[in-house]
Amino acid sequence: MIGRDLLGIEDLERGEIELILETAERMKEVGRREVKKVPTLRGRTIVNLFFEPSTRTRTSFEIAGKRLSADVVNFSTSGSSLKKAESILDTAKTLDAMDPDAVVVRHQVAGVPKQIADALDAPVINAGDGAHEHPTQALLDLLTVWEEKERVDGLTVTIVGDILHSRVARSNIYGFLKMGAEVRLAAPPPMIPPGVEALGVKSYTSLREAIDGADVVMVLRIQKERLEGAFFPSIREYAATFGLDRAKLRYAKDDAIVMHPGPVNRGVELAHDLADHRPSVILDQVRNGVALRMAVLYLLAGRAPKDGEPAEEER
Amino acid sequence: MPSDSAPQTELTESSVPHEGPGVVLDDRAIQRSLMRIAHEIVERHDDLTGLYLVGIPNGGVPLARRLAANLREIADVETLLGVLDTTLYRDDLVSRGERPPLRRTEMPSAVDDRIVILVDDVAHTGRTIRAAMDALMDFGRPRAVEVVALVDRGHRELPIRIDYVGKNIPSQRSEKVVLRGASEDFEAPLEVVLLPGAGGGAVEGRGEGA
Amino acid sequence: MSRILIRGGRVLDPAAERDELADVRIEGGHVAAVGAQLDAQGAEVLDASGCWVTPGFVDLHTHLREPGQEYKEDIASGGRAAAAGGFTSVVCMANTQPVNDDPSVTDYILDRARQDSPVHVHPVAAATRRLEGGVMTEMSALVEAGAVAFSDDGHTIMDSGVMRRVFEYSRLVARPVIVHAEDRTLVRDGVVNEGPVSTRLGLPGNPAVAEAVHVARDLMLAEVTGAHLHVAHVSTAEAVDLIRRARNRGLHVTAEVTPHHLTLTDEATLGYDPNTKVAPPLRSAEDVRACREGLVDGTLDAIATDHAPHAVHEKEVEFTAAPPGLIGLETAFAVVMDLVRSGELTPLQLVARLATNPASVIGLGAGRLEEGGVADLAVVDPERSWTYDPAKGFSKSRNSPWAGRRLAGRPVGTLVGGRLVYHVDRGVLVP
Repeated sequence: MIGRDLLGIEDLERGEIELILETAERMKEVGRREVKKVPTLRGRTIVNLFFEPSTRTRTSFEIAGKRLSADVVNFSTSGSSLKKAESILDTAKTLDAMDPDAVVVRHQVAGVPKQIADALDAPVINAGDGAHEHPTQALLDLLTVWEEKERVDGLTVTIVGDILHSRVARSNIYGFLKMGAEVRLAAPPPMIPPGVEALGVKSYTSLREAIDGADVVMVLRIQKERLEGAFFPSIREYAATFGLDRAKLRYAKDDAIVMHPGPVNRGVELAHDLADHRPSVILDQVRNGVALRMAVLYLLAGRAPKDGEPAEEER
Repeated sequence: MPSDSAPQTELTESSVPHEGPGVVLDDRAIQRSLMRIAHEIVERHDDLTGLYLVGIPNGGVPLARRLAANLREIADVETLLGVLDTTLYRDDLVSRGERPPLRRTEMPSAVDDRIVILVDDVAHTGRTIRAAMDALMDFGRPRAVEVVALVDRGHRELPIRIDYVGKNIPSQRSEKVVLRGASEDFEAPLEVVLLPGAGGGAVEGRGEGA
Repeated sequence: MSRILIRGGRVLDPAAERDELADVRIEGGHVAAVGAQLDAQGAEVLDASGCWVTPGFVDLHTHLREPGQEYKEDIASGGRAAAAGGFTSVVCMANTQPVNDDPSVTDYILDRARQDSPVHVHPVAAATRRLEGGVMTEMSALVEAGAVAFSDDGHTIMDSGVMRRVFEYSRLVARPVIVHAEDRTLVRDGVVNEGPVSTRLGLPGNPAVAEAVHVARDLMLAEVTGAHLHVAHVSTAEAVDLIRRARNRGLHVTAEVTPHHLTLTDEATLGYDPNTKVAPPLRSAEDVRACREGLVDGTLDAIATDHAPHAVHEKEVEFTAAPPGLIGLETAFAVVMDLVRSGELTPLQLVARLATNPASVIGLGAGRLEEGGVADLAVVDPERSWTYDPAKGFSKSRNSPWAGRRLAGRPVGTLVGGRLVYHVDRGVLVP
């Protein structure tokens, strides 16, 4: 049903996404128990290989692994491993020699998890690579929408902000399209990726048009340092044209929800009060992150190298 | 396979006539067995208020529900009803390929100081009951744990005793014994069928359509 | 001097528009006779049945890495790779260490080539000192030392004023100025063709317009200065169009295109294989189509490999960190045979673009196969099927997108100055 690695939503089929979401739903129950730990991955080792610092994602994977009783090892390097002339393959081979059951990879450059997966026996889970994909974020976003709306099919989802540099946007575009939603993008033109329409989305330069009738408005983080002056003139102008507040949100459906992968630049891409209160579901996203990652680890970690039939139970 | 000490599990293929393939328990026979088991439960316990019936999906869930209804009918007692998936506690996940889908767990309250009766459709190797007991301990410290199985087909691999058995059905390891009709629709008729083995290992009991 | 009779091949000489089954007898380093049923007269006989006998190929764009980066390639290994690819002359770029911006470096390259290389090596000298785009090199002295053209190649001269002076001054030596046309302010950190593929990969895009902008600039500057502009590795439809219009206006502009830009699209990069990273990047299917049309209609004169060796460890890194470039000498013929199989080029037209035209771009008296001429020849089997394994090739490097691929078409023998320097079964024979 599901492949060896989780490198991107682009590689998944709808049935695989549904399996992951259903599994995550079950994992949420584990998180509600007093003893939030099951023995499923006892004796298994999960390596968090983070070349780019990300406390949130790493912690989420770490908690997920530990709730499944896996040993979680954090192998964080400041992305300078390669400046030390260690090739990706060297890193991968070194890791392989430690015999991990899953490797969670985060890197600032697109494609590195794929390159590592090609060289490793263990399954590789992409925890975000450059502007390419961040599949577990998109899956937890889908889970959140699924819970809120009880469906994804037929919804209108608008993604607002720096689509060009956003792996979250790419993964969500694939995910929501595969699950039957309509996906719209809204950003200043320099931040709309060239040729993005080929993915099956429509891009807008008017926020109002883009969120007109939307069920979900997903707001992306604006990296001020990188973007201001180069991709839009100023934060003030960005906030005025693409920053989401309650007034602009009125164009969306009455029951529209607001999402953000965090951390929020309050007052830039999202008004302060929208960040904390309904219809924002930002904290639900975070909560769903652990369960979703438990599901991914359950489905992938330590699996026999060759795909087989689901294990039939001996009662 | 050494038989364990519990008299309920002393099943051998020579001592009991072997059922042929086909339906071995129809819905009425299942209901009769569950009513008898309800009476046995009532007989065995002086105080029925602490009872907590926990069905193991999928087959155990409708059975636990029927058992609760029977207890209500014969003893006018409301038992707690839970659903406990054992998948995350299985001992065979690491050695296999694709991971099995998870099933529902709904434990409406902690099990501390309660008498928990695990309800399963088909008892076989004992591994599911072992997993269920481990899972149960994560929900508290029960006063006692008992086990109901609608069908016991023998071939125990762990020292697990079934306290209440609906019917002993001796079977070949290669055969399958399945409860059909287990679904979220608890009114649906159930039946237990014995399927000829396909030459594979001993596998059964997830309920049809699991 | 050895005497060789190449028997029974299909002789293809674009310069004479000759395409016929014939024998070729070589004596004293020259083509002694071309004709049917020649007498061997005791010469060594090379069976060429089923093969084409062509002028040796001329590569206008090779990086031999010597001096300075011999771990990637050197003149000996690059020369052997060239021989194995049917090339008898290669034009090597100036981005060595030190840069070939001084006659002493040109001398060194030519001296090494005489000792180590089985094929002729023609150095390109830098257009500006240290490839810095500021101060012009001593073109006159460099030509005297043996430089055949001037180029800063990948260190594209961004200052249009400097570019203008380089074009003007090059008229003194009457040598082409080769440009790697890319506006770096548009490329920025782009590593793959900008478009749907860069969007899917999440890698910074290099827009086609970056090439077009500089081709347009350099055509205009070449026009006002009267220089000979040679556009290296054209990769975009826009650039082909600009060059076509300039040629129609009578500008002295020539251009080359690589085997990879003729046959691979940006979709080849979708697996993040750093061996598909090249500058300019692999482009869209429309760009590939336009480049093929340009090659067919003569807008683009020559096929050039842009053979750019990099060590394995340099490519086993993130896509963005990997140096751009791929090796192509040994696979060029098989790869471009695609244009013959598709019917876009006749065998004679293909040989013109591999041998005759590139020779004439740099004014080399090669690329012909005529009685009395120097016997720089290639014998190629247009059908021969083989699996390319860079580890078994002659280049020191392995950065090829065709690694492990089944290819059809292979040089079986290469002759330089009448000597058999490569034979497919015997390997490189000299020096």
